[in-house]
Amino acid sequence: MRDLYARFGGGLATIFLTLVLVWLAAMVLAPNLMMIDYALRPNLPPLQQGEPQDVRSLDNFLYLANEGVHRAIFLKTIWASALVAALTLVVCYPIAFWMAQRATPAQLSIALMLVIIPFFINEVLRTLAWFILLAYRGPLNAVLQGIGLIDAPIRWQGNGGVLAGMVYAYILFMLLPIYNAIESLDKSQLEAARDLGAGTVRTHRRVVIPHAKAGIATGCVFTFMLAAGSYVAPALLGSPGSRWFTEIIYNWFFEGGDWNRGAAYALTLLVLCLAVVLVTLRVFRVNLTDVAK
Amino acid sequence: MSHSVELDGIGMRFGTTRAVSDVSFTVGAGEFFSILGPSGCGKTTILRMIAGFLEPTEGRVLIGGRDMRGLGPNQRPTAMIFQSLALFPLMPVWENIAFGLEARGMGRAERRKRADDLLRLIALEGYGDRMPGELSGGQRQRVAIARALAVEPGVLLLDEPLSALDLKLRQHMRAELRALQKRTGVTFIYITHDQSEALAMSDRVAVMSAGLLQQVATPRQLYDNPATPFVARFVGETNAIAGRVSAVGDGMARVDTALGPLHGRAQGAVAIGQNATLYVRPEALVPGVGANTLRARVSRMDFEGAFALVHGQFPDGAALTAAVPSTRLADAPAPGTDASFSFAPDHAVVLADA
Repeated sequence: MRDLYARFGGGLATIFLTLVLVWLAAMVLAPNLMMIDYALRPNLPPLQQGEPQDVRSLDNFLYLANEGVHRAIFLKTIWASALVAALTLVVCYPIAFWMAQRATPAQLSIALMLVIIPFFINEVLRTLAWFILLAYRGPLNAVLQGIGLIDAPIRWQGNGGVLAGMVYAYILFMLLPIYNAIESLDKSQLEAARDLGAGTVRTHRRVVIPHAKAGIATGCVFTFMLAAGSYVAPALLGSPGSRWFTEIIYNWFFEGGDWNRGAAYALTLLVLCLAVVLVTLRVFRVNLTDVAK
Repeated sequence: MSHSVELDGIGMRFGTTRAVSDVSFTVGAGEFFSILGPSGCGKTTILRMIAGFLEPTEGRVLIGGRDMRGLGPNQRPTAMIFQSLALFPLMPVWENIAFGLEARGMGRAERRKRADDLLRLIALEGYGDRMPGELSGGQRQRVAIARALAVEPGVLLLDEPLSALDLKLRQHMRAELRALQKRTGVTFIYITHDQSEALAMSDRVAVMSAGLLQQVATPRQLYDNPATPFVARFVGETNAIAGRVSAVGDGMARVDTALGPLHGRAQGAVAIGQNATLYVRPEALVPGVGANTLRARVSRMDFEGAFALVHGQFPDGAALTAAVPSTRLADAPAPGTDASFSFAPDHAVVLADA
């Protein structure tokens, strides 16, 4: 704070601070407070709002707790998001390591281009591309049948499709933090481990992963949050059997017309995601400030 | 157990540049061997070829008589101490030391015991549970050595490990490294660009320049009998006086120079009529007139404690440096005066110009 004033002078620093505070209050705090208020009130026609029956209660939350299908989808969303984060990690870690430690500068720029350029395109369009790839009579099934790996087309849409679409959609959010973390690892650390007789697995387990822990945690947190709050991938690549919790929230708001219940659902998702993130960081002994870096 | 290391005509090419060309020498088991040269001379490349991080493009590396081609750094009986030390910052000291044992599948309790033994060897008993970041530079240095010794290597490779330390500590660590080498009997191959380090510690020194091996000799031989002009100039301070050989005989040569005829020991092939340079050390120059006399205008005197360096200029503009012991400071000529210095022919070396 003092640095800010020292660097930009009183006027400019005050403007910056005011803008940040206004942003936080108007764009983050106020909507969330309103959502909490919505979540606690019953869904009443406009005329009855403010009448004696408009009292705050936990009814909307209890509805979710007692509604078996929604509860199951809720829990599935949480663990499936964790699965997405884990799968993305498995895909990204080797690439990030290669980019950070092994690739020549030319290879690195090509690799960065290859992973970043797809992100110039809108997420919906990218997901639609997967929709086409995974279609029942789409190219993937055609190729697999062509090379004789399968006899009949497979219906990819559903859990598998959602997983693939999400892993693809969030690769960058996992790749870049891990790349950044591994990039700062001194090459001689790897050589020392190797020189002392360690194989690949031990070198990664004992040297690279501990060093890159904050980056890995950051990537997992980003991916998990994005996956849990994702709507496009489950909507396009899912099937009725693979519904995502966000779809239910959407339904309450825009099809059920019950904003109060929708707000309660959304709030539950938010709180549980935060809890999962904080517990994960705790378990891996990473601070929130490390993640912010 | 210590191993000998034999380099048999090794060379290394990176693309079109040759980092090392046709280097051969043998390091005896239990020897303290240094490779000395300015940065970029190929000495680190040689060390990395011995360690197995690089595969030579020509020639062979033999350790303990066994050809190492195709063996990775984790399969060779060598351990390396890196310039940056490369301690693992997130492991406590004892796990650092025991890392190589862990990789060999030794149980935790035994590893801890071995690490504690080694900590005692490097006089850091009780530091096992600290993190490397909590240690001083000299202590980290010793931990790096213990970590390398833990795997009981036949050859220890050291890549300028003292360069990050301050002068006093560096001198202390020199003595300590030397003592440790004697105690363990492990073959040390030590890379440095600091000639006083190489001279002080080594049994033998190889001098490299631009990827070529210049000379392999004991420190004393290197200093007294440099085999090439590069060695004469690089190892220690020297005054180089160029001229033409006018007489050769009995191991001595006379060089006619701009300062008159000067006599010195002929080193290598020196023939009459050849362009040659006479090299004489600053400490060989004595104020006064003698067998070989040099006259110069004294420009300044730097008092260094044990001796004073007298800087002067010859009539042709070339620089002269003479070291006068502090005990003989009264003889030293004053700056601004013309003075004579002489040296014994035995203390000068004549080398044909390359």
